[in-house]
Amino acid sequence: MNSWTMYWRFVLISIRAQMQYRTSFLLSAFAQLAATGIEIAGIWALFARFGSLDNWSLAEVCLFYGVVNVTFSLADALSTGFDVFGPRFVRTGNFDRLLLRPRNTVLQLLGHELALRRVGRLIQGVVVFTWACMELQLEWSPGDIGLLLFAVGGGIGLFFGLIVCQATLSFWTVESLEIMNTMTYGGVQTAQYPMDIYQPWFRKFFTYIIPLACVSYFPIVNILHISDPLGSPAWLQSISPAAGIIFLFFSLALFQFGVRHYTSTGN
Amino acid sequence: MSKTTNIFELLRAYFAVISARYRTLLQYRAAAFAGFVTQLFWGAIRIMIFAAFYAVTSDEQPMSFTMVVSYVWLGQALLGILPWNIDTEIAEMIRSGSVSYELARPLDLYNFWFCRTIALRTATTTLRCVPMFIVAVLLLPALGLDGWAMQLPPTWTALLLFLVSIFCAVMLASALTMLMHVALIWTLSGEGLNRIMPSLVTVLSGNIVPLPLFPDWLQPFLNFQPFRGLVDVPFRIYVGDISVAAAFPDILQQVFWIVVIVLLGRWLLTRSMATMVVQGG
Repeated sequence: MNSWTMYWRFVLISIRAQMQYRTSFLLSAFAQLAATGIEIAGIWALFARFGSLDNWSLAEVCLFYGVVNVTFSLADALSTGFDVFGPRFVRTGNFDRLLLRPRNTVLQLLGHELALRRVGRLIQGVVVFTWACMELQLEWSPGDIGLLLFAVGGGIGLFFGLIVCQATLSFWTVESLEIMNTMTYGGVQTAQYPMDIYQPWFRKFFTYIIPLACVSYFPIVNILHISDPLGSPAWLQSISPAAGIIFLFFSLALFQFGVRHYTSTGN
Repeated sequence: MSKTTNIFELLRAYFAVISARYRTLLQYRAAAFAGFVTQLFWGAIRIMIFAAFYAVTSDEQPMSFTMVVSYVWLGQALLGILPWNIDTEIAEMIRSGSVSYELARPLDLYNFWFCRTIALRTATTTLRCVPMFIVAVLLLPALGLDGWAMQLPPTWTALLLFLVSIFCAVMLASALTMLMHVALIWTLSGEGLNRIMPSLVTVLSGNIVPLPLFPDWLQPFLNFQPFRGLVDVPFRIYVGDISVAAAFPDILQQVFWIVVIVLLGRWLLTRSMATMVVQGG
């Protein structure tokens, strides 16, 4: 059986397993919808009070908000195996069992679970995105749609890569680290607003070290057909999402390095 | 045994529960450090967003930017008192059925768990808030970031009232957490209320955006609901947005909601105990 057939089989099993507890799934998804939808209430309240944010309108901010939430929800759903890697695999010694199987460990972790409950964040992201598009009356050229998909793909790569880094750290710390939340959840929080409102040091960190701006801010500015207040050229905006995919490959290499240095906790 | 010593003994027992639980929870120091760094980062993002909004407005706002900065840091320092998680050991007891041992103890179950909950709400918070105050009040001005620094309360009276109000906030948060514990007995899995509570708390307490910044037509509702006693009342007393004179009715409102929610929790607990089925054997 080739790897992809096997991955799809893992996914189907995972979906069927989650559907055994349908009420639990629905409640979790709804709770996530409520919890993440709260953020938009905060943004709405601030715009109602202040009118605008520099030169940005509520609809434009909602476009940033929608894209990063859709992106993160997909990355989050796909990467559950890496997300629970520290407590579920390293601390318990269960990772040994994965290593013994004649299959790629990354593939096995990918297939650990496809977390359907993340659909809550996905739905609210799609709703906010749709509202923003209608409000802004964007005209979508094929190039714009292509760039949007590229940005979402790059964003999935970036967030997935961050969660893989978190898993890699647990080879040394055994537990998962809350500190990585600043990059994942903090990244989502950051990218919900246009990057130019932040301090330069903060913006540089989220452009050059963690290429968050490359998968959200730059491509969206391009789709909005406005000139970037930060002065990035259009060609750079349309290739920048590649940084997210490069980040993922770098993270996976780091993970393989971790695997080679893995010492089992026993049990 | 006379009645007075009896009450004294009981109080001592409850205090022992709080103290033992508190010291157990203090053990997680590495987690507290990670949490501190996370919250510092989070505070910085929040302040930059508020700064961007305040930078373009020329209108008079209900709260000044300086007040909002202190409000944000206070929120990061005292995040742990908000009722958005539960005592995992109580949850496990309910799930496994060993909650029946709890019933055998010579203590009122509600009070006993309430004491554990107070420890849960305060232990990690005390670890996290001290470094946060040091950084926000002392270190930021030293680094030349005066605009980002947390100010001290305007008067000593305001500080005193803040301490009273934050004590009420801890009681209110514990009472709300107890509602979540009781909901667990009813549903075992703790879905429902326990999943919705964090969202309600985040918005309605004023944690995500200070309540005065919400639209004016929402203010009558926001000023009445119980969750404002968790953040809005103590924090605005601290920054001086609620004057000393106006603080008394607001603290009374906190007390009112504590009484209501404790009574509700007690009533629900008694009702659920009457029909409880213990899992396993």
